[in-house]
Amino acid sequence: MPNWIVACGIDDIDREDVIPFEHNGCGYAVYRSPDDMFYATDGMCTHERTMLSDGLVMDHIIECPKHNGRFDYRTGEGKGAPIRVNLKTYPTRVDGSTVSIDIG
Amino acid sequence: MTLNRDYSLLGEDSRRAVELGLSQAQWYRTEVPRKRMKELMRRRNGPAIRDTLLWIGLLALLGGLGVYLWFSVWSLLCFAAYGVLYGSASDARWHECGHGTAFRTRWMNIVVYHLACFMIMRDPTVWRWSHARHHTDTIIVGRDPEIVAHRPPALGHIAANFLGIFDVPLAFRHMVIHASGRLTSEEATFVPDTESPRTYWTARVWLLIYTAVVVACVSSGSILPAMVIGLPRLYGAWHHLMTGLTQHSGLADDVTDHRLNSRTVYMNPISRFVYWNMNYHVEHHMYPMVPFHALPALHAEIKDDLPAPATSIAAAFGEFMPVLLRQRKHPEYCIHRQLPGRANAVGSSS
Repeated sequence: MPNWIVACGIDDIDREDVIPFEHNGCGYAVYRSPDDMFYATDGMCTHERTMLSDGLVMDHIIECPKHNGRFDYRTGEGKGAPIRVNLKTYPTRVDGSTVSIDIG
Repeated sequence: MTLNRDYSLLGEDSRRAVELGLSQAQWYRTEVPRKRMKELMRRRNGPAIRDTLLWIGLLALLGGLGVYLWFSVWSLLCFAAYGVLYGSASDARWHECGHGTAFRTRWMNIVVYHLACFMIMRDPTVWRWSHARHHTDTIIVGRDPEIVAHRPPALGHIAANFLGIFDVPLAFRHMVIHASGRLTSEEATFVPDTESPRTYWTARVWLLIYTAVVVACVSSGSILPAMVIGLPRLYGAWHHLMTGLTQHSGLADDVTDHRLNSRTVYMNPISRFVYWNMNYHVEHHMYPMVPFHALPALHAEIKDDLPAPATSIAAAFGEFMPVLLRQRKHPEYCIHRQLPGRANAVGSSS
């Protein structure tokens, strides 16, 4: 069953950037890509417990601020050491001026 | 305070650090607005391409002159400078490219990383994971595999490594172990099984290269081939030992604030080129995503929240050498940093 939750306004995120979002004690990261699409993943790096929203977005890559682990935030795919576990991703949709994510 | 520390990654202090929550802890960070931090983290190719062309160009020029003028005082002077670029600048290039922050273009980081790893004799895979642990558990006894000055410090060992006396034989020992298809028991604690085959093949290739160098020396009846490949890791190591010792020596261990266990040092431009700005070491540990060329700007941004930097390499040695000497008999002794303003950091040692 879809469970759409409003995460932020579209203007809350710059292009090629990420912000944190928390719901019911769970952390998420919401991204706005350079081509103006929105994506969402788990908030913590799968390598060690570090918030990805403090990291650097380059094109479609999020780089963890602690050990520079890299993920494609569109698919969650880890891009090599020290990442060994892919990142969970969530569907997103834009409703007017807000971004919602389906946390399932 | 533990007086008899166990620095092995399999020992009592390792278990204790995990129990006390010192491993994978939340570390203090000076707040920097997100917009400014994005500017500081921004990747660029320009500074690293410029520095790499200069580095490779100088290596070729000085190495070439050293060979051409061999054997003379002039050739030895050329090799003295070549050695620092080979046996010390490679340490900084290994480090920065390992973080992936030197270049914006990924393959450039990878190429320079592997070249520098060969020069400094550090397996690219093992040391990538070792350094990840160093950043997770910086100077946490039993967890950080990269602590140079233990308590009590082995000063003779450290001094000998200014010429790679212990480091290089250890590197070859590890190469032989890796080439036989094994990791050391300590390496196995932080290198995933799936990564180890890379290490084995790297060691085999490196041993072939060094064998070729030895064969060239024997067949030519000269050490000149080894002066170009291999020996610079010995005679040129002193600069990276010197700068590396300033990073954490004499400061507190088992704390979770980099301002208490790391040291920023102002230094001359030549050493900063060789060391690729890692003299801003508190800043680097606090924000490892910031590239070497942006560390001076990060320093300017957060310096009011950091302890005062050492004003020179000599000043840093003047601060920690008396402490290391004293730690030979009093290993509990260390420098307790005074933190500015609001900063009474989490985990400050007693």
